[in-house]
Formats: sequence, structure tokens, C-alpha cells
Amino acid sequence: MATQTIEVNEVASAMRGSHAGGTDRLRVAVEGERAVAGGAAVKARASGLNFFYGGTQALKGLDMEIRDRQVTALIGPSGCGKSTFLRCFNRMHDLTPHTRYEGSIHLYPDDIDLIAKDVDPIEVRMRIGMVFQKPNPFPKTIFENVAYGLRVRGMRSKALIEEEVEKALRDAAIWDEVKDRLNDSGLSLSGGQQQRLCIARALATNPEMLLFDEPTSALDPIATARIEELITALRERVTVLIVTHNMQQAARVSDYTAFMYLGELIEFDVTSRLFTNPGRKATEDYITGRYG
Amino acid sequence: MTANSQSPAPLRRSIRRRRVRDRLIEALLLAAGLVAVFTTLAIVWILVVEALPFFEHVPLRDFLTDTMWTPLFAEPRYGILPLVAGTLVTTFVALAVAIPAGTTIAIYLSEFASHRLRETVKPALEMLGAVPTIVYGYFALVMVTPFLQKLIPGLPGFNMLSAGLVIGVMIVPYVASVSEDAMRAVPNYMREGSYAMGATRLQTAMRVVMPGALSGIAAAYILGISRAVGETMVVAVAAGLQPNLTWNPTESAATITAFIVQVSLGDLPHDSIGYQSIFAAGLVLLIVTLAFNIAGFALTRRFREAY
Repeated sequence: MATQTIEVNEVASAMRGSHAGGTDRLRVAVEGERAVAGGAAVKARASGLNFFYGGTQALKGLDMEIRDRQVTALIGPSGCGKSTFLRCFNRMHDLTPHTRYEGSIHLYPDDIDLIAKDVDPIEVRMRIGMVFQKPNPFPKTIFENVAYGLRVRGMRSKALIEEEVEKALRDAAIWDEVKDRLNDSGLSLSGGQQQRLCIARALATNPEMLLFDEPTSALDPIATARIEELITALRERVTVLIVTHNMQQAARVSDYTAFMYLGELIEFDVTSRLFTNPGRKATEDYITGRYG
Repeated sequence: MTANSQSPAPLRRSIRRRRVRDRLIEALLLAAGLVAVFTTLAIVWILVVEALPFFEHVPLRDFLTDTMWTPLFAEPRYGILPLVAGTLVTTFVALAVAIPAGTTIAIYLSEFASHRLRETVKPALEMLGAVPTIVYGYFALVMVTPFLQKLIPGLPGFNMLSAGLVIGVMIVPYVASVSEDAMRAVPNYMREGSYAMGATRLQTAMRVVMPGALSGIAAAYILGISRAVGETMVVAVAAGLQPNLTWNPTESAATITAFIVQVSLGDLPHDSIGYQSIFAAGLVLLIVTLAFNIAGFALTRRFREAY
């Protein structure tokens, strides 16, 4: 463990050096396979990411890598920009007027820049799914909720849609609860079931990456536990980026954790290391509950 | 006893005072609400009471099946069908304009237009609804009809098509404005859910926003229908005043409302059948509007997707 930490810091200082005019903040990018136990390939890389709401800068020079088929958690106090960061990945900010991205978020293996002007946000959202804080199933049947993404993509074959819907509901660990009531409204489900329905909806279109924006903050502890289990299992097939207010949750479900504060990335590391041996005072203060 | 606690007696007095005031205001609000209910009941009551003597002279069967409406002729006939047909034809022509146009405008304003554009267009649109209907009537007669006559040779100077089209334009603002309010009331997290699935704006509007707003949109349509059925000046001016049993909008015909205004302006004695006939016609008008309302609500309940 100790050697790995040193390596991370070495990489960090190397990175810092490579950024001409870099501020004194620590820019951490865990490079390649070196620092990471059983390291996975890079799925996405944010470089020099700035984000503005009108004249307000909400993200300040973020550099970070998201590992393929790993769970990466974003933690930090309210207003630190973690949700803003998350929503850059599927271009949700494009729906709000007077917002602006700078820098890049490259998605691999094909290396497209998700926030480039000439990249269609629809294409981005077709590849990267999202689950919201408040479960937001459509006021349609359970079946139609999951079929939505397929229909939007123009899939017509009833048999194929049925097959994909069942598969997605199974993957979201909700099939057994809803298989006899697929024609009931999605809103007739409990909060935790609604959230798993939303996960099924997102999974139905086989996204490469799933964004979770505090997915359990509106749920009770039992429903939360089920969602966490599900997220852990999803890692097998999809890259997960999750914003959470709950540090225990980050510790339980994630492989990597990023700590953000005031729009900056303060520290990024393997979860176990960030929580047991944080490299920065601010991170330590936050995870020990001294503020936030 | 701590310093800031009150003795119970003044406390209770204060509570009692507030309770009395609450009850007073509640009674006032109830009275205000009942004004609308009683007015409606009174209108129905008067229509029924005044129409009853009419039906003593005219058998209900003749009223509903006779194909001629000539209450003012020497040999009067009292078949309501020509008037109902005139009303339905102008209404359907109007809806054929107002529903597609109003819905399209509402979708655009709610889902596509920028905030600034919406805030400019909507008041302008609502101003269309403030134009007096008599102006629309003459607009139909002297502008729309001559134009239509160029497209449809042999179109009479008074015709239901022109009147219906102009009524349609007239009710577009109602349909658009109320529909837009309903669509904007659909919570944003629904839209976000749809966009996050890779849906386009149009897909989001048609598959999530419209179904979610359906009850409000249906209310807009029903409001539009009621306005079209009840519209008087435009049809009186532009559609002609001859009752004529036809379903062809290029012909001239009278509607229920046009007949009522025509008779009310005359000098018929109060106890004549001609005078009573306007109450019978009014009753039919009320029933037609009510039928549209009930049908609308039934359809809404069947198809809406409540969020």
C-alpha cells in the first residue's frame, strides 16, 4: 500500500509539472496500470475541464480518469460541483441556457470528446445512461418505462423489445417483483422499486457508462442497500460514476473515489486508500466529518 | 413559570378570536363559490321553464326529427336539426384549424422556444383573444370569403367554411395558451429522464410531455369547443341566417346561436311560440356543449398519464 501511495504522488507531481502555469492545487491523475491494484483500462478522461453557469465558474480545471467497468464515486460537500461534473458526461447542461464547457472529456476506446461542440449530445446520451436523485419513472406502464429507450431509438419488433425489457428488469434485480404486473403504472411501485425501474430503463439500451446522481438519497435504508448491491453487481458490465453525499456509501460501493471541493478536484485515489490514508488535509477533514 | 409564558385565559381568548375570524372568512369564500353554482342552476332552470310551453305546442318528436326550422313562417316548422347541423359544421371546421394550430404552437412555445421568445409571443398570442368577435365576423365576410371564392368557384357570399375558419383562428390563442400552461406544468425531472435516454426534443415532447399534460390539453380543447359552439357574431355575420340542413361547409346555414340572436333582435311578443323557441334552442345548445365536455373528460380519463 505504502509504495503505491508514493507512486501516486510521483505521478501527481509529474502531472503537476506538465501543466504549465498550474496552480498549487494537486492535480492527480492515476496513470496507467502502475498505481492501481489490478488496474483497468481508462474509460473516460476529463482534462482541464471548466464549466460555467453564465458568469459563474462551477468546475475549475478538473483532470480525472474514469476506469472501465469500475465504480468511481464523487464525494464532497454540497455545492462542490460533483453533480455538475457528473452532468457534463451526458451533456445534461446543454438543456440549460447560458452554460459553457471548456476542456475535454474523452471517451474511450473510440476517443471522442463528449463535450466537443460537434459531438451530438443525443449520441452521447445514447451511450451514457443516467439515474437521478429522485426516482423519475415516466407516467407509463412498467413495461413502457423500460421500453422507452428502445422505442426512442426506433426499435419496432415487439418480440425484441419484450426480450430486452425482461433482460433489463432482471439485470436491475426487479424482475421477480414486477413480472406479473408489467402493465401497471411505473408510479404504482415503491420508491426503491421505482429507482430500480429507472436503472432498468437505463440498462435496457446497453450503455457503456452509467451516471448515478445521489441515487439513494430519497430512499430508506433497505431500499438503499438493494441499490448499492445492484451498483456493485453492475460493475461487471458497465462503467459507473456515482455522486453521493454518503461517505459510507462511497466506501461500500466504489473502487475509486474523488473528493471535490469548491469546484476543484482535491484528491482522487483508490477508495480504500483515500478513506484510510488521505493525502490531503481537506480530504481528511471531510471524511472525518469535520466539515460539509 | 418562565418569563415568556402566558397565562391561559388571554391565550384562549386570542385563539377564540382567530377561530371566529377563520369561520367568517370561510363562510365568505363559500358564498363566493356558490355564486357560480347558483348562476348555472338559474340559467338551466330558466331555460327549462321557458322551453316547457314550447314543447306543449311542438311535440318533442317533431322537434328532434323534422328537417325544417321555420318558426317565423306562416306555416311554421320546428325541426332543430338544421340548426344543430349548422352548429356542428362550423364547430368542426373551427376545430380543424384550432386544435392542430393551437397544439403545435403550445408544443413549440413550451418545449422549443427560448425563454425570451416565449415571453414575447405568448402575450401577443393572448391579445388575439382580446379582439372583439364582431371584428372577426367582418374579417370573415369581407376578407376570408372573397379569398375562398377565388379558390372555390361558386362559393356563396355567406358560408360556414369562412365562418368556421375564422372561429378557428379566434380560438387558437385559448387552445395554445391553456395547452402550453399544461405542458409547462409537467415537472422537469420527467423531461430530464427522457433526454437522458437519448430522446430528442420532439420525442420528449410527444412521448413524455404531451401524455403527462393530457388532462390540461383536453381542458384546452374543451374550452375551445365550447367557444366554437357558443360563438355567435362570426356566424351571424358570415355564415348566413338561413337554417339549412346540410353537412357541407361550403353552403350557407344558420347555427343555434345565430338563430337566437336573430329572434332576440326581432319584436316577437313574449308569449309567442317563436319567442319560446329560442329557449328550446338554447337548451339544445347547452346540451351540445355539455355532451362535448363529458366526452372530453371521458376520453381524458382513458388516455391520460398522470405524473
